[in-house]
Amino acid sequence: MTAGTVTRGRSTGTVIRGRSTGAVRGRPLLRTSYAAEQAIWNTPAKRAWTLALVVAVLALPFFLSRDLTSLMTTVFIMAIAGIGLNLVTGYAGQVSLGHAFFMGLGAYTAAVFGGAGDDELVGLGLDMAVWLPMAGVVPALVGLVVAPLAARVRGLYLAILTLGLVFIGEHVFKEARSITGGVGVGRAPAEPVLFGLDLRARYHVFGYILSREAVFYFVCFAIFVVMAMAARNLVRSKPGRAFAAVRDRDVAAALMGVSLRRTKTLAFTISSFYAGVAGALLVVVIGRVTPTSWDLFLSIDLLAVILIGGIATISGSILGAAFVVLTPRLVSELADVVPFISTSPSSGFLSVFQLQTMLFGALIVLFLVLEPRGLYGLWVRVRNYWKAWPFSY
Amino acid sequence: MTAAPDAALAEPLLDVAGLTLRFGGTTAIRDVGFGAGEGSLLAIIGPNGAGKTSILNCLSGVYRPQEGTIRYRGEDLRGMRPDVIARLGVARMFQNIELFENLTVLDNLMLGRHRHLRYGTLAALLYGGKARRAETENRRVVEDIIDFLEIQAIRGSLVGMLPYGLKKRVELGRALAMEPTLLLLDEPVAGMNVEETEDMARFILDIRGELGVTMIMIEHEMGLVMDIADQVLVLDFGRRIALGPPAQVQRDPAVVKAYLGEAS
Ligand SMILES: Nc1ncnc2c1ncn2[C@@H]1O[C@H](COP(=O)(O)OP(=O)(O)OP(=O)(O)O)[C@@H](O)[C@H]1O
Ligand SMILES: [Mg+2]
Repeated sequence: MTAGTVTRGRSTGTVIRGRSTGAVRGRPLLRTSYAAEQAIWNTPAKRAWTLALVVAVLALPFFLSRDLTSLMTTVFIMAIAGIGLNLVTGYAGQVSLGHAFFMGLGAYTAAVFGGAGDDELVGLGLDMAVWLPMAGVVPALVGLVVAPLAARVRGLYLAILTLGLVFIGEHVFKEARSITGGVGVGRAPAEPVLFGLDLRARYHVFGYILSREAVFYFVCFAIFVVMAMAARNLVRSKPGRAFAAVRDRDVAAALMGVSLRRTKTLAFTISSFYAGVAGALLVVVIGRVTPTSWDLFLSIDLLAVILIGGIATISGSILGAAFVVLTPRLVSELADVVPFISTSPSSGFLSVFQLQTMLFGALIVLFLVLEPRGLYGLWVRVRNYWKAWPFSY
Repeated sequence: MTAAPDAALAEPLLDVAGLTLRFGGTTAIRDVGFGAGEGSLLAIIGPNGAGKTSILNCLSGVYRPQEGTIRYRGEDLRGMRPDVIARLGVARMFQNIELFENLTVLDNLMLGRHRHLRYGTLAALLYGGKARRAETENRRVVEDIIDFLEIQAIRGSLVGMLPYGLKKRVELGRALAMEPTLLLLDEPVAGMNVEETEDMARFILDIRGELGVTMIMIEHEMGLVMDIADQVLVLDFGRRIALGPPAQVQRDPAVVKAYLGEAS
């Protein structure tokens, strides 16, 4: 008994059943197979833009200072964490303020597996091919344990529960000196040696000298691409639809056969994996950090990434990460020019940090009220305006 | 009109007995029993607040009745989670539309296919051969339903943007996409104009005629009920006051007194 038996006429709409997978020549938007329509890059414009973007990204380190290259690396890393948060909060609708904890957990897991050990610190000194996946797996397992609790509450209660994670995490990180180095000391991050290749060395490629910052930039970009693609695949298939269903109408979702508990648990687990990997990579860029760095402010930065970038979009998370990482830098450059902004917290009318916090706060409010889809939504509006031009109203 | 009641009643797909549902002090359903034979259509009628929707909510696991049994294909559904019941082939259309408004018509229907998509999370993350094939095959089924319901033109539209009548149709489509064994319809033509009502009635008849899906339908539109139901269950204040073929129920004095008498 399949629904196929009830079919009457065949559709001749935009989707035409056919063998060929390519677009019909001269009509690039006519899709001749479901696979072509379901593809991520389903229009020539998207393909062209993506290609241009990838080329630009690959060329960038050759033009940027080492310092700015690292900043761009941070964009990729925050984008990974942002995508993770967007999966659980944007797609599955489960607010999480606890992502700073999972990032910290990832960072320390990496440090344990990949860092150098001594009398005071635990460190196994393993390859990045081991510590990077572990930095995802361990937070994912903790996420898996926490998820059943989190799946029972919603809204404000969930926010508070996940906030609790950050406080518990901070406390544990402070006390576990043999793992984290303790307050004010910290520990060196895991060593970025990938398949025996030392990513801290300079390399000569095609006559160019690649700085260690540039090398790590490329590595992080590759990891980011893989994880962004995986997330994109997830949200366009069965689990992603289940996320959205649970977010929009949980009763109806259950009546479709979607298990609420399983779906929420999956969202938490995967998103913790993303956060863990991001945390591990972030400390490699920043260097030694104290255990108190994984605090509420980091969680809020991550929320800013998805709220400013765009809820429930993968590309929005990337835009948001770029915004959140690059704006403070821009503001501090401005501080040299604008008199009342100072770079040190004590002097001047406004410090950079204060200005940045205010700016993010104001933007989050503005976007929530005016364009809940964030920067991504703005982009869609601009695109639709030009598509409809000269009939844009 | 009635589809061979003896054959239908020989092996009931659903057998409900002694169903009682209380909310604190109020009793929404009181000791109600009924059955539905394979391929039959049972209509539930009754005044507002009689407990009709509550019965469907008990069947689909949204409410947990305090007493009674709900035997469905030999299993007792009472106490099972809604998603487990859904996976057993019980689909549902709601009185107040419960679509995923932020998703497209296609995604809504693909959610109906959820229980038929058999690939795991890892396959989804990689979107390799297995996931891709399953998505395409199920997309084909969904397209057949889109053709059947004549909603080709809106397949890519966000459901939230659609007018009421089309939303109802999409909701029927989503329930059909589940390939249900038992289909629960809560006032499928409420709030529709004559033309939309006729379309919906035609779809319901086609579903029964061509797919043989067993249906339970709550409906106030008496003409429709008398036309297409095999059995009619009449409720009043949570009690069963009549159960039988439409013609018989229509003549039942209790029904005339409690419901038809005052309503029409
Ligand atoms: N979740 C609930 N909590 C408390 N009381 C409820 C709940 N759901 C239903 N009831 C009560 O149960 C009774 C039956 O409600 P139900 O929705 O089943 O009626 P109905 O026959 O579907 O009515 P209508 O024709 O208006 O849809 C009503 O008195 C209602 O107030
Ligand atoms: Mg009702």
